[in-house]
Amino acid sequence: MLRFIVRRLLLTIPLLVGISLISFLMIHLAPGGPISIATDLNPRATADARARLEKYYGLDRPLHVQYARWLERMATLDFGDSFSPDGRPVAQKIRERIPITLTINVLSMGLILLVAIPIGIYSAVHRGSLFDRASTVFVFTGFSIPTFWLALLLMILFGVKLGWLPISGIGSLDYQSLGLAGKIADRARHLLLPVLLAGFSGLAGMSRYMRSNMLEVIRQDYIASARAKGLPERKVVYRHAMRNAVLPVITILGLSVPDLLGGSVIFETIFAIPGMGQLFYQGVMSRDYPLIMGILTIGAFLTLLGNLLADVGYALADPRIRQG
Amino acid sequence: MSGPLLAIRDLRVDFATEKGTVRALFGVSLSIDPGETVGLVGESGCGKSVTALSILRLLPSPPAIVRGGEILLRGENLLDLPEKRMCEVRGKAVSMIFQEPMTSLNPVLTVGEQVAEVFTAHRECGRREAAARAVSWLGKVRMPDPERRAREYPHQMSGGMRQRAMIATALALEPSLLIADEPTTALDVTIQAQIMALLQEMRERERMAVLLITHDLGVVHDFADRTAIMYLGRIVEIAPTKGLFSDPIHPYTQGLLASLPGKGTGTARLSSIPGAVPDLSSVPPGCPFADRCPYRQAALDRFRGGADSRDSLGICDREDPPLFEYAPGHFAACHYQRAMRGGGAS
Ligand SMILES: Nc1ncnc2c1ncn2[C@@H]1O[C@H](COP(=O)(O)OP(=O)(O)O)[C@@H](O)[C@H]1O
Ligand code: SF4
Ligand SMILES: [Mg+2]
Repeated sequence: MLRFIVRRLLLTIPLLVGISLISFLMIHLAPGGPISIATDLNPRATADARARLEKYYGLDRPLHVQYARWLERMATLDFGDSFSPDGRPVAQKIRERIPITLTINVLSMGLILLVAIPIGIYSAVHRGSLFDRASTVFVFTGFSIPTFWLALLLMILFGVKLGWLPISGIGSLDYQSLGLAGKIADRARHLLLPVLLAGFSGLAGMSRYMRSNMLEVIRQDYIASARAKGLPERKVVYRHAMRNAVLPVITILGLSVPDLLGGSVIFETIFAIPGMGQLFYQGVMSRDYPLIMGILTIGAFLTLLGNLLADVGYALADPRIRQG
Repeated sequence: MSGPLLAIRDLRVDFATEKGTVRALFGVSLSIDPGETVGLVGESGCGKSVTALSILRLLPSPPAIVRGGEILLRGENLLDLPEKRMCEVRGKAVSMIFQEPMTSLNPVLTVGEQVAEVFTAHRECGRREAAARAVSWLGKVRMPDPERRAREYPHQMSGGMRQRAMIATALALEPSLLIADEPTTALDVTIQAQIMALLQEMRERERMAVLLITHDLGVVHDFADRTAIMYLGRIVEIAPTKGLFSDPIHPYTQGLLASLPGKGTGTARLSSIPGAVPDLSSVPPGCPFADRCPYRQAALDRFRGGADSRDSLGICDREDPPLFEYAPGHFAACHYQRAMRGGGAS
């Protein structure tokens, strides 16, 4: 197992290089560059000033040289400095932003698991029941409603009309003056909608996935032989069928990292949450190349890590793999 | 105790499939006395497993629908039992071994856990004692090194080992009836013999009744007190095994026996009878065996304009023959033989 993990980790290095190369080319293909975006609307920016800026950021070099330099720095885990006016190190900017993004994603993943697995299992066990049909409607609604639109609707309802929940940011203006309990409550109120919405479409997909897994497992011979022992249906479902139906979810979770990160860009922008997604959005808008590359690299790393953890987790959970 | 242990009466089962209703059992009747072994033989798809699963009420429903009949266990109709009482019957009064040992054990639980479950499910004892009893039962079914094997997962064992574990589970609570649904079909020939020897030994030790389902006449010859021959969802002949082998009455049974290579030794498959098993969904009226039957033409000729004018159109194509008794306990369902040999009403 250890050898497997080490080999997989080593394998991520060439993958990361490949991904970064593609990302690098993509962002340079996008129209506009950091200099033109920063100076086009500024009448006082002369051609000379632009050239100086380009030289300062190394943008006057051929593309392959730029990439080679970036890669060289990355080899020492140096993400470079942001092109934005503050010019702070990319690594530092990301480090500030990453906790809130991970928090929202972990919470919404937990929400998905907690809600979708029981829904899927219950629907499968009571196939064709009122609950099953209602959840089917819910799932297809979930699939077909664009979540950003739903987000706006909920913001209008709970934020504007009812005034129950804040609609932007992660803390009220008086956050610093609140006690610990108040801080937690305030943070929870701010995160409620983003977490719900981040999990919404995943919820639909996962419950459907669990349902079909469970239906598949219930048809297996070992379920019949569990019943033949005289086990009550409850035990057949929860002890024998569920374990087998839940196992593949581990893999799905590992594969869902890129979706979650992609979703973060949208939610953090809508809800004005100062996380990595919002940072990425701002970076793309100002063509802040080092920042974009940094975030993409970290995203790619998290994705590969997710896959690895999924494989390891699956191997640990499934005796067929664990025991060779 | 008097009377049969199990009595299935006129059991009719349909499957509601997307393509329409498929009739699987057309009124099956079968009884098993305490300690008796009854063989149930027939080609694949004739309804053996459906019969077995009906007894334990394990048919998948939907699509299965029990249309009628009763299944009496010591006089109590299992079809009327509430699910909770049925759970008490399963694995304790009546237990079952399945055809596919490779898929009949849960891949994520150890074999020991799965055997032990039968004790805890019936509240025989606590978890720890159940685990110990599971190991001891694995030993009784000749599982080598049972302590270690109990901690292994199914994928670490061969098919024969897994079937031993299934047998241990089925016998652990000393049931009065064991249903063995083709227990050796999926195994290698040498392993088949070992498993049958084990079942034989266990049957004698536990003095339980066995419903042995197989498509191998050689197996029932050595093993069963009585044998029932099934064809297209019906029992077409049932008799003491000796009588069935020495004087088969139904042409289907005769064909089966003729296809056995040596007397009682072969492992002949039943498919050597000419013709194919018709699809259960398109059964025409009349005798189910008519289109494969060597006597049908003779029956037609004999009855045409004969003593019984009612039959002039060929009774085989019009009426499903009922079972008649030809010798004590020897029943068969065939118009032709009835006319040739006579025989009392069933
Ligand atoms: N789950 C099912 N759905 C639909 N039809 C079924 C199902 N199980 C059995 N049947 C029908 O019942 C017939 C008898 O099946 P079965 O008892 O399994 O045969 P066998 O004698 O080989 O054990 C099959 O030919 C099939 O038409
Ligand atoms: S009833 Fe007629 S068709 Fe059926 S087995 Fe007898 S002779 Fe053959
Ligand atoms: Mg079968």
